[in-house]
Amino acid sequence: MLLIPCPWCGDRDETEFHYGGQAGVPYPARPADLSDEDWGEYLFVRDNPKGPFAERWSHSAGCRRWFTITRNTATNEIVR
Amino acid sequence: MRLPEGGRIDRTKPLRFTVDDIEYTGCAGDTLASAMIANGLLEVAPSAYLGRPRGIFAAGVDEPNALVQLADPMQLATTTELVDGLEATLLSGKGRLTGQPDPARYDKRNAHCDVLVVGGGPAGVAAALAAGRTGARVILADEQRELGGALLTENRLLDWLSDAVEELDSLPETRILTGTTAFGYYDQNFVALAEKHRLWHVRAKRVVLATGAHERPLVFVDNDLPGIMLSSAVRQYTNRYAALPGENIVVATTNDAAYGTAFDLATRVSTIVDSRPEPPAELVRGARELGIEVLAGSIVQQALGTRRIGGVRVGDRVIACDLLAVSGGWNPAVHLFSQSQGRTRYDERVAAFVPDKSVQAQHIVGAANAVYDLAGCLDEGFRAGLDAARLTGFDGVPPQTPYTAQETITPPSPVWFVDGPEDRQFVDLQRDATVADVRRATGAGMRSVEHVKRYTTIGTAHDQGKTSGFAAIGVIAQLLGADGPQGTTTYRPPYTPVSFALLAGRDRGELHDPVRITPMHDWHVRNGAVFENVGQWKRPWYYPLPGEDMKAAVLRECRAARTSVGVMDASTLGKIDIQGPDAGEFLNRMYTNAFAKLKVGHCRYGLLCKADGMVFDDGVVMRVAENRFLATTTTGNAAAVLDWFEEWAQTEWPDLKVWFTSVTEQWATVAVVGPQARTVLSMVAPDVDCSAESFEFMTFRDAALADGTPARIARVSFSGELAFEINVDGRHGAKVWNAVLATGLPTPYGTETMHVLRAEKGYVIVGQDTDGTVTPQDLGMEWIVSPRKDFVGKRSYQRPDAARPDRKQLVGLLPVDPDDLLPEGAQLITPDTPLTPPVPMLGHVTSSYHSAALERTFALALVKGGRQLIGRTVLAPLRDRTIAATVTEPIFYDPEGTRRDG
Repeated sequence: MLLIPCPWCGDRDETEFHYGGQAGVPYPARPADLSDEDWGEYLFVRDNPKGPFAERWSHSAGCRRWFTITRNTATNEIVR
Repeated sequence: MRLPEGGRIDRTKPLRFTVDDIEYTGCAGDTLASAMIANGLLEVAPSAYLGRPRGIFAAGVDEPNALVQLADPMQLATTTELVDGLEATLLSGKGRLTGQPDPARYDKRNAHCDVLVVGGGPAGVAAALAAGRTGARVILADEQRELGGALLTENRLLDWLSDAVEELDSLPETRILTGTTAFGYYDQNFVALAEKHRLWHVRAKRVVLATGAHERPLVFVDNDLPGIMLSSAVRQYTNRYAALPGENIVVATTNDAAYGTAFDLATRVSTIVDSRPEPPAELVRGARELGIEVLAGSIVQQALGTRRIGGVRVGDRVIACDLLAVSGGWNPAVHLFSQSQGRTRYDERVAAFVPDKSVQAQHIVGAANAVYDLAGCLDEGFRAGLDAARLTGFDGVPPQTPYTAQETITPPSPVWFVDGPEDRQFVDLQRDATVADVRRATGAGMRSVEHVKRYTTIGTAHDQGKTSGFAAIGVIAQLLGADGPQGTTTYRPPYTPVSFALLAGRDRGELHDPVRITPMHDWHVRNGAVFENVGQWKRPWYYPLPGEDMKAAVLRECRAARTSVGVMDASTLGKIDIQGPDAGEFLNRMYTNAFAKLKVGHCRYGLLCKADGMVFDDGVVMRVAENRFLATTTTGNAAAVLDWFEEWAQTEWPDLKVWFTSVTEQWATVAVVGPQARTVLSMVAPDVDCSAESFEFMTFRDAALADGTPARIARVSFSGELAFEINVDGRHGAKVWNAVLATGLPTPYGTETMHVLRAEKGYVIVGQDTDGTVTPQDLGMEWIVSPRKDFVGKRSYQRPDAARPDRKQLVGLLPVDPDDLLPEGAQLITPDTPLTPPVPMLGHVTSSYHSAALERTFALALVKGGRQLIGRTVLAPLRDRTIAATVTEPIFYDPEGTRRDG
């Protein structure tokens, strides 16, 4: 079980959190201007690296805040 | 037999036990296996697949043969502590559950520590001592009931050991957990420990793994005969338990360690068969001084005997014996290390996979690190314990080592298997898998041990390959002509089997999952409600009167709501309080329809889509004040909707000033539904003018009830009838429910009637009539999608695919026979479809009921191109019959909406 550093509450067990996928994939400012292909890219396509990965978590059973951490997907090491 | 003296057993405390109903006597301090051996009982149940005789083979968790049925199924005789009255039944490979719940009480405990030491052998005790003396919080866990590990087998440093244990006991911040197995090592030093009835979740700043090593078997012809035993097990039974497994012993080895066994049992050992052409001269000299013959460069090719070994064949010679002690080398117990994602590498020097690189904050010491001499184990333990403590902010000096004699370990010379019948050379005793089986796997083209494992089942039995895994790796390497072993299978938790009862702890029965009940729950129970589970909620399903079945009860409840008045407990609906100056703008961006201009005091039904354009949830939203809304959600989706709102507000639009609070349980809701709802409301809330003109549909007002209870009354309807929802503070819920019933008019109804009433009106239930692949167009709900504003999911809504005419669309179904009820989930086909698989499906039934109002059955369904099929017939082929139904518009009752004003 991961020990996740919530920026508000400190280190907590993974069971208190929800995973939110890759960080830094903003909702397009003007979705209507996107082609179907680009919209599909936004909706469904994410990076899947082996190694450091910036990802979103929500402390859903705690302070309920969303935050971003960098986790090494090969080792689960968490870099703040 | 039992030796007259020695051992760590208490001869003054005899314990009676039975094996297969025969009575024996052992001693306090015995394991079941050592007591069996002391009674001359070495043979256990025959093998699971071939029925070959098998005997006790090991002395610990690596035992492949000696399975017994106790109160718990499939326990190892070698790890079962002997207690008075123990009744054991020998098992061939498989146990059986008793069929009864485990009556013991299990518990869980969380613990944090600076240093967790796993393994209480010399290295582990040394580490715990070094760390403990610094004042660090230390947990030392060992699977055995007594600390000491190999020291107990080898009869060494026992005085130092007892002093060390006494000191550890006295350290206030050090906790010793014996009889406790670390079985799972997860991320960030989260380690799960299984004590007998307690599950520990330990989060450690540093972990010291001192897990020891497992001795490997040897593979030769008939190497499964009873009387063949790991050499360390022979030594342990003799020294620790004073239980002698044989009188005339041959030792077969590839390495130095078995010499210790031979020396300890010298008078009973005739021969050491060593695979190395030049075994260490010092050991050979030692053996000869004790009168033991050493056959260098030799291997045992075959064991002789039928029910018990009677001799071994070594080259041309046959040597008589009643016990063969084997040592095929040692595997560092890297199970936990590997679970922690540590990487191993093959080390020629010790012919084993050894720890290479740690990923977590840990140290691995002693035999687990392929350090096999006692001085080295102690040294590593002391250093790691102190290092670990220092890294967590403590300091001290290394303890004085009790043992410094240098022992040189000479490299082993592994033998993977011998010339001879390969179908009698056993690699996995539990699975009865032989070299021939491995050859079949490699012959079929398999190279990876992972593939061979799954093809042969080697390593998949209860011990998960503790003895067989490396044997298989060696055989594969030799069969493939590879340059040494090529890798292990993946080590996964648990290290040893853990019972479900332990994992469950107290979370059993009614504590398994939280149960949520409404403030009116007691009334429902007292009045005979049948409940259904909706998420964690218990909701009244229907209220049968004496003699009524479900169908009769629901028809009666429906009739009441349509013709007079019904009342339902709607408290479970999710409720989210939304506040802030941008609350309206936020809801505008989330819901498909507009909310920013909703007037205070008004309600609006809203639909939520995910960004992919699929329907996610729905519910009524009230505008309580300029900057405050109350949104309701479906009962099962309340938490998901709140999370959804939070995610968008926090991560996409942090500039919006809007905040959310779940208030589901703060409100109790009583829905009064039916043509006489107004009469009921005027009795319960006489101060409220509830005329149609004054109290408009989709408005609400805050008012006091007759007894002064503050309430928020909304005129909303999920049935098509005139309806009021009375919302009060949760603590008033039961009182107000009773007040409504005290008017003597309403019939209480449950979720089934609610479902029928809404389905008659064609109102969907998200999650029942939708499944995450349904768009607003599919539901015929384009009317609720604003063409002007943007919202999450709008871009997807505008894709041509979302409106494709051959998508599955919501339609109604009327069975041709009005008494025929379509089962929910039934698949639908066109009438001309042949019933030979694969049968092309048109769609499926999502909701289906008997209707009191229609005096017939009806259903809702998702059907491909369904709107084009209105008026046509579709078939639901069932196991024993086929139901024909006519496709209709998905609205069956009062399509003009004339009833909502009463």
